[in-house]
Amino acid sequence: MDRPAATLIAALLALLAASSLVWMFQGIGGGNRAFILQLRGTKLAGLVVVGAAVGIATVLFQTVAANRVLTPSIMGFDALYVLLQTGLVASLGVAGFAALPNAARFLASVAAMSLLAAMLFGTLVGRGAKDIPRTILTGVILGVLFRSLSTFLARIMDPNAFAVVQSVSFASFGSIDAALLPVAGGIAALCMAGAMWLAPRLDVVALGREAAVSLGLRFDRLVLVTLGLVGMLVSVSTALVGPVAFFGLLVAGLAHGLAPSARHAVLLPAAGLIGAVVLVAGQTLFERLMGQAATLSVVVEFAGGLFFLFLLLKGRVR
Amino acid sequence: MIRINGLTHRIGATPILHDIDLTLPRGKLIALIGPNGAGKSTLLRLVARLEPLQAGRIEIDGLDLATTGTERLALAMAVMGQQTHVASRLRVAELVGFGRWPHHHGRPRAADREAVEQALDAFGLTPLRHRFLDEISGGQAQRAHLAMTFAQGTDWLLLDEPLNNLDMAHSRTLMARLADLVGARGRSVLTVVHEVNYAAAWADHIIAMKDGRIVAEGAPETVLTEPVLSALYDTPIEVSRHDDRPLVLHHHWHDQLGSPFPKPSDDTLRVLH
Repeated sequence: MDRPAATLIAALLALLAASSLVWMFQGIGGGNRAFILQLRGTKLAGLVVVGAAVGIATVLFQTVAANRVLTPSIMGFDALYVLLQTGLVASLGVAGFAALPNAARFLASVAAMSLLAAMLFGTLVGRGAKDIPRTILTGVILGVLFRSLSTFLARIMDPNAFAVVQSVSFASFGSIDAALLPVAGGIAALCMAGAMWLAPRLDVVALGREAAVSLGLRFDRLVLVTLGLVGMLVSVSTALVGPVAFFGLLVAGLAHGLAPSARHAVLLPAAGLIGAVVLVAGQTLFERLMGQAATLSVVVEFAGGLFFLFLLLKGRVR
Repeated sequence: MIRINGLTHRIGATPILHDIDLTLPRGKLIALIGPNGAGKSTLLRLVARLEPLQAGRIEIDGLDLATTGTERLALAMAVMGQQTHVASRLRVAELVGFGRWPHHHGRPRAADREAVEQALDAFGLTPLRHRFLDEISGGQAQRAHLAMTFAQGTDWLLLDEPLNNLDMAHSRTLMARLADLVGARGRSVLTVVHEVNYAAAWADHIIAMKDGRIVAEGAPETVLTEPVLSALYDTPIEVSRHDDRPLVLHHHWHDQLGSPFPKPSDDTLRVLH
């Protein structure tokens, strides 16, 4: 890693450390410190995992799609995860769903999600490099289809089951599912390590299919593996906080803008750290300093949506 | 040597190539010519393994395309397709550096850096080496992609319409460079060319295609003749001589502006069939 890239990563690490310290110790008072620190620590870990997972998943997806506007969420990845969960609640019932061990249920969901994501989006992304509007449209339609199916299943299930489904259907950075944190964090860490291992090959993928094949890369296989990683990372973030539409776009845009190099060995850690910093600093601001006067997810989505429009209007769809 | 046997290809139900048998000699600049829809790019893309083989067999220097790993093939042939958009924001030297990927897989050595310098120099890109691809002209970007293909250091270079985006001077310079690669450095080049006169001036071997079939092949003097070209393009074509090579002239038909595709003459039809 060259000097400017190392400086950026060091600066982001410092920012993350600073915002984490403020999050942990701001206004801690003299009460039950151990309890407060444990509560805050769990939430901090969740925010870091989600921020990094969304940032890295988006950069990976944009690379294989050869497009800076697409994100896994826009293409319906998280809607697919919610549909899987809704299907599970609908078929097993609340008791059956609750009886499943958390970790096993989550691992099964992640595996199914990765497989489905690679199958559904593998062909689409390969062709999408040639026809961006059709790819975006197909992704949006798939997202609507998944959401409609989830809504349909939710309508025919009993109200208690519906309440369970609701808990996974909305983004909430304030109430992270702590029970899933160890396994989700572990999967996210493995995926991120895998993404970093693939980083030099992803640089070649970014040249486009023709150049990558000419250079001897097994392009189609690498795209499927990358989409599998994206599926797992989206599962992790959706399981912990629910679906987020535009957050990834914002983070990936910042990473591409700030990184001094287009190399994935720089882009991926930069995107992960930016995602974590935005969530930790943002949640600190909204929860502690503004007293919950606003919701971070709404502001992040609003800013991300504006950034999406900016990219479209600037014609930077590729 | 590239050997093609029984190559047939369809896109959906539409036949694109019909049972093609072809042997492409090494150490030559080979031009694929023909009208739009003749199957030139499809043939090149199949040889370049950018499209899956449906029927037939292709061998490149003894390597069977169907059974040889793509990493090994990347050391035998370098390909420049028509898709030269790069999603990443790269500098010219970085792009050219990717040409060495099959040799170093992400860990470049001194020999790789030397090869990149040679490629930058060979394509006149040294002054532009630190410029971003989105800051240079389409023609300069095209040259950068060609330099990347050259840096790959393979015996075969397969180029799909490399003269796209290039003006007359740069087209001529590029063809001269390709001829130099063949003549002075012993490389073999297979390229799709739309403007027949570039093939006439620089190619050693020409393959003329129409409707998915090989209509004629051989030295420029044998392929670039009036009957063959008139039949190939369904238009009257004259062939003159210039610098001891064929020079192709076509009529502008100002008196037939309303009918750009008049019925071919009897002579044309006879050559075609």
